[in-house]
Amino acid sequence: MRLQKRTVGLILYLGVMLLPIYWMLNMSLRTNADILGAFAFYPADPTFANYVKIFTEEAWYSGYINSTIYVSINTLISLSVALPAAYAFSRYRFLGDKHMFFWLLTNRMAPPAVFLLPFFQLYSTVGLIDTHIAVAISHCLFNVPLAVWILEGFMSGVPREIDETAYIDGYSFPRFFVSVFVPLIRAGIGVTAFFCFMFSWVELLLARTLTTTVAKPIAATMTRTVSATGLDWGLLAAAGILTIVPGALVIWFVRNYMAKGFALGRV
Amino acid sequence: MGKWEDNKAWFLVLPVFLLVAISAIIPLMTVVNYSVQDIFGPGDRIFVGTEWFEDMLSNRRLHDALWRQFLFSGLVLLIEIPLGVLIALAMPKRGWGVSVSLVLLALPLLIPWNVIGTIWIIFTRPDIGLLGVAINGLGFEFDHTSAPLDAWITVMLMEVWHWTPLVALLAYAGLRAIPEAYFQAARIDGASPWAVFRYIQLPKMRGVLTIAVLLRFMDSFLIYAEPFVLTGGGPGNSTTFLSIYLVKLSTAMDVGPAAAFSIIYFLIILLFSWLFYQALQNVGTGDRQ
Repeated sequence: MRLQKRTVGLILYLGVMLLPIYWMLNMSLRTNADILGAFAFYPADPTFANYVKIFTEEAWYSGYINSTIYVSINTLISLSVALPAAYAFSRYRFLGDKHMFFWLLTNRMAPPAVFLLPFFQLYSTVGLIDTHIAVAISHCLFNVPLAVWILEGFMSGVPREIDETAYIDGYSFPRFFVSVFVPLIRAGIGVTAFFCFMFSWVELLLARTLTTTVAKPIAATMTRTVSATGLDWGLLAAAGILTIVPGALVIWFVRNYMAKGFALGRV
Repeated sequence: MGKWEDNKAWFLVLPVFLLVAISAIIPLMTVVNYSVQDIFGPGDRIFVGTEWFEDMLSNRRLHDALWRQFLFSGLVLLIEIPLGVLIALAMPKRGWGVSVSLVLLALPLLIPWNVIGTIWIIFTRPDIGLLGVAINGLGFEFDHTSAPLDAWITVMLMEVWHWTPLVALLAYAGLRAIPEAYFQAARIDGASPWAVFRYIQLPKMRGVLTIAVLLRFMDSFLIYAEPFVLTGGGPGNSTTFLSIYLVKLSTAMDVGPAAAFSIIYFLIILLFSWLFYQALQNVGTGDRQ
């Protein structure tokens, strides 16, 4: 009985949570005049014109491609530098470890607007303005600390005896790390990858400041179109629906890592 | 059992340190530089010492925005953390339900922040939005563009809708990382569900919950795009949170006061994050003893 009550609660929550997204979907299938004209539970005369526009105009679909490129680069960089660092924090005591660990997180604490001008000057100087790599590296500022923190939490959950046994068995550190340790924290890696992807995907200020045309992200395309033509709600809603898709695919791929959890019997 | 003592671990941390330091230190220098100068034009500036800081600390509107911000972030933590843990506990452990609920939960997180504000403008409109129509249909006068309380409720709703899934996903991953043996032992001992939660699940979730609390505190304290797009800080100043005020300030005045304000802003977040961090660490060690 208890289990069922929980499930009902969960379904209720998810149902309510989906309402704004349903409304966005509803708007995306209507024309601007129709949206502003009258209240309608569902589109009486659904049109795919908004989606067609996004898929056929390069200014629109290139935004998705650009965002996907720099977000993927960012997630790869963040994970590959954060994994060894998180291991160091979870296993070793070294000079300044606690300060360093907390300092990392302080980089998420400043108002993002603070970084705009200095970043623009920095990346102009090295000639990286309007490249995907510039946005990917600038997003490391908030994603790397987060990745280290989340991974450290998962790694500390793995008993240290596993490391010791592996070293006694003659594993070298890189081999132990890749073949024994990483599989043990798959859940953590999955969650971290998703969060890096997500925070980089929705970030607008830095991405917009560091790009002009070649690497312009989708979120910036959306605001600019909005300001140029007045508000085209239907088009904006369609673009919004499409921004959800890549991230939903990512979580679909990592869902098993999150669900399987801890496999202690592996060693 | 203590950690291994070895300064060579620095080599593992070095890439992270370099990558983040390059991005962090240059902006920091710039802001500190601006905060102590009055800039009239290129090459024409005077050193003003702590004048901007004194200005900012005695600014009444900044105080108002600060209290508003504390109230907002406090409510965010009080609502989102317990709700997120409840959702995580209610989620299925295996089967197709796992995939479905994980993917659905992630959806609000994936929408760019400015778009969230825009969608909620329509969603809450009393004439053509689902929520606005529903609330007015129930007989309440609801209009977030004129009533401060309604604006607050709308912004809170949007915030809880948007970010509770983050807490739920973290808590769920934390729950899944608990070895099955713990639950088997608890079953043999005949432990109640509450005891299982209190003595197994909650302590084991300490790590992920620390991250969840810190993340939600920092990000809600820095919240800008969503309320700005939805309410523009109004009606009046009722939803002008700190970062909205900071942007108003920096467009209306010099970079000097805005830079001083940014530093104060940062120090407040730093202080409270540190307090939360220490408190959560100590809760954990208390359990272990």
